[in-house]
Amino acid sequence: MSIPLSWYLFLAAALFCTGLYGALSRRNAIAILLGVELMLNAVNVNLIAFWRYLDLRPNDPAPMNGQAFAVIVFAVAAAEVAVGLALILSVYRRRKTVAADEVNLLKW
Amino acid sequence: MMNWLLWILPLPPLLAFMLILLVTHRSHAWSHGLATGAAALSWLGSMVLFIRALMIEHLGQHPLESNINWLPSGTSWLQIGVSLDPLSAVTLFFVAWTVLAIFIYSIGYHNFGQPRGDHDQPGLPPHGATVTDADGHRRIVPSVEPMYARFFAFISLFAFGMYLLVVSNNLLTLFIGWEIMGLCSYLLIGFWYGKPSARDAAIKAFITTRVGDMFLLLGMAWLYTVSGSLSFRVIFSAENLRALATTATPVFGLSAAGLIGLLCFLGTAGKSAQWPLHVWLPDAMEGPTPVSAMIHAATMVSAGVYLALRMFPLLSLDSRALTVVAFVGAFTALFAATIALAQNDIKRVLAYSTISQLGYMVAAVGIGAYVAAAFHLVTHAFFKALLFLGAGSVIHGMEHGALHSGEHVDVQDMFQMGGLRQRMPVTFWTFLIGGLALSGFPLITAGFWSKDEILAEAYAHGHYAVFLTLAAAAFLTAFYTMRQITLTFLGQPRTQAAAHAHETPRTMTVPLLTLAFFAITAGWVGIPEHFPLLGGLLPNWFHEFVASTSSEASAEAPFHWTPLLISLGVALGGLWLGWLVYRKVGAPAQDKLQIPVLKNRWYCDTLYSILFVRPSTWLAEHFVSRFLDQGILDGILHGVARLSLVLGHALRNYVDAPIINGLIGDGTGATVKASGSALRRMQSGRVQSYMTASLGMLFIVAVLYLGLRRLF
Repeated sequence: MSIPLSWYLFLAAALFCTGLYGALSRRNAIAILLGVELMLNAVNVNLIAFWRYLDLRPNDPAPMNGQAFAVIVFAVAAAEVAVGLALILSVYRRRKTVAADEVNLLKW
Repeated sequence: MMNWLLWILPLPPLLAFMLILLVTHRSHAWSHGLATGAAALSWLGSMVLFIRALMIEHLGQHPLESNINWLPSGTSWLQIGVSLDPLSAVTLFFVAWTVLAIFIYSIGYHNFGQPRGDHDQPGLPPHGATVTDADGHRRIVPSVEPMYARFFAFISLFAFGMYLLVVSNNLLTLFIGWEIMGLCSYLLIGFWYGKPSARDAAIKAFITTRVGDMFLLLGMAWLYTVSGSLSFRVIFSAENLRALATTATPVFGLSAAGLIGLLCFLGTAGKSAQWPLHVWLPDAMEGPTPVSAMIHAATMVSAGVYLALRMFPLLSLDSRALTVVAFVGAFTALFAATIALAQNDIKRVLAYSTISQLGYMVAAVGIGAYVAAAFHLVTHAFFKALLFLGAGSVIHGMEHGALHSGEHVDVQDMFQMGGLRQRMPVTFWTFLIGGLALSGFPLITAGFWSKDEILAEAYAHGHYAVFLTLAAAAFLTAFYTMRQITLTFLGQPRTQAAAHAHETPRTMTVPLLTLAFFAITAGWVGIPEHFPLLGGLLPNWFHEFVASTSSEASAEAPFHWTPLLISLGVALGGLWLGWLVYRKVGAPAQDKLQIPVLKNRWYCDTLYSILFVRPSTWLAEHFVSRFLDQGILDGILHGVARLSLVLGHALRNYVDAPIINGLIGDGTGATVKASGSALRRMQSGRVQSYMTASLGMLFIVAVLYLGLRRLF
């Protein structure tokens, strides 16, 4: 236990900010999707780190919830990527572009 | 048994009135059947009672009488009742006969059985109907009265009022009958309400008689407070009369008896059309002729004199009251006779002669000739009803002639007639009998005996002024009666209508003959005992019978040649002069007596118009209507309305429109719309902008959350 929890948290925060910046700033829809994946994985890092540093009392059964959350997030992220990429492909076929700011039909 | 008959005597006409109005008003035959049937029943009852009354000895002292308690008044009861004494018995006799005769006459007068008119409408006299006979000729014939059933309903109600008045033994029911007759008079004068003149005449009659009735009511109220009863028996009891005679009043030094008597006499003046309340009767001739005959000649106007006779015990207590009555009567007799000289309408002449003859009776009451007044009341009812029915028959015949010849003549104008003697013989002879009775043609006619008795009484009791006035009136009466007969029946027809006039149907001539019979014979029951040659052949039954009604009635006046000769002179002289003057007169222009003062009836109507009608109209028009009603009342209402209007405007312009509508109603919508258009810019459709905004909001929320947690 030489590495303190805060290090993991700093790492996850950095990873999240990188993903957030990518999601907000890139025009390419695939790149936005990549940013989102980074943010999800930053959350996963947080979940695992908090699970690992849980302060357990004696005789408590060993919990699995942190790992279970992380697995669910993977599954959701995979599904999201599958749907997202399918959407992007569909948009590309219709409009010959994957730039997010050009796909703006849904507005006032 | 007799009392029972007395009670129900007035009821058949009342029942007929109700049944006609409610049930049979669509059927002419049923309506007149009910009315004449009821009149016949009452006639039968009257005859039974009359004969019965003849058989009772000392009926005057002990009249048939029956009372019931009617209204509780504190500790006592207001009693009403019926009685039969000699005066009411003879009144009943002539009322029953004239009413029945006139009911039957009305059937013919209103053209029963004739077709409905081409253009007739309710409220106007029938104008005639066009019929096509078997040969295909089109003729115009008289048409049936459009409101036939209504006429019979009204005269039935009238007959109820008259019978009620006669059988009453108290002033209360007498007054009820009196007012019912007043109402019927109004309704029947205005029977042809489509004519403005008939409407005016009806209102004039009603209001003028109402003036008299008001005083009568005052007299009754006073009498009730003094004697505690309205029954004649109580009022005329010796102690009550003594008390009334000795009570002084502040008015002209009259005793209470005299003043009450005069108040009641004012009721008489209204009802019997005595000066100064005489103005309504001539105008009342606007009604159908049977109405003029029954109401305005035979019965209702007689009711006024009947009341004066009833009130005679009171009046006779005060000589000054009697003098007033005698003066009014004598003056009216002469005054009305002068006006009759210049009238050209056949019915108006008779109307003025009625006023004049009623003046005779009133003067007779005034000089204390109680029996003579009652006698003249009876004979006058017969011959005046006869004259009116005769005039109606003449008018009817003239209408027939006018329809035949197609002329537009005034069928009541005597100058349009002439020579009707050949065309209408029955009408002529009966009218002649009536006219001679009215003029007092000696010996054979009833009018002679009764008029002579009044003159004789006036002379015998030293009322020479009254005597001379009445003698002058008698002369004028004979004169204008002969003028009327000459203009109407003698000579040659002056118009085509008169030349084609036609004798009237039997329903009209039979009543004429009946009444003509009485116009002659009714006088024979009262021939004075000491009359030369004839006196004593027949007992003076009338005097003995009626004089017993009232202890105040005097004995028969002693015989004098002077009044008899004067009476004969004026009657025959007037008749002869009337024929002499008018046998050659053919147009109003040739008539020397058509002078303005008589044509305008001594300007009485003009005077009343200036004194009463115009001030009332002015008051109604300018003060009540314009000032009170339109100015003040309407002003207040308009003010309230204007205030409400201003308030409403203010509320609308300053509250409703800006605040409720502008701010709350439209404002909400406008705000939502404006903020919507402003805010929709946020919806850019760019995913990344949304995300950035979410991030920003997250920051703000976080900062706020953390900051607020620090604060609290």
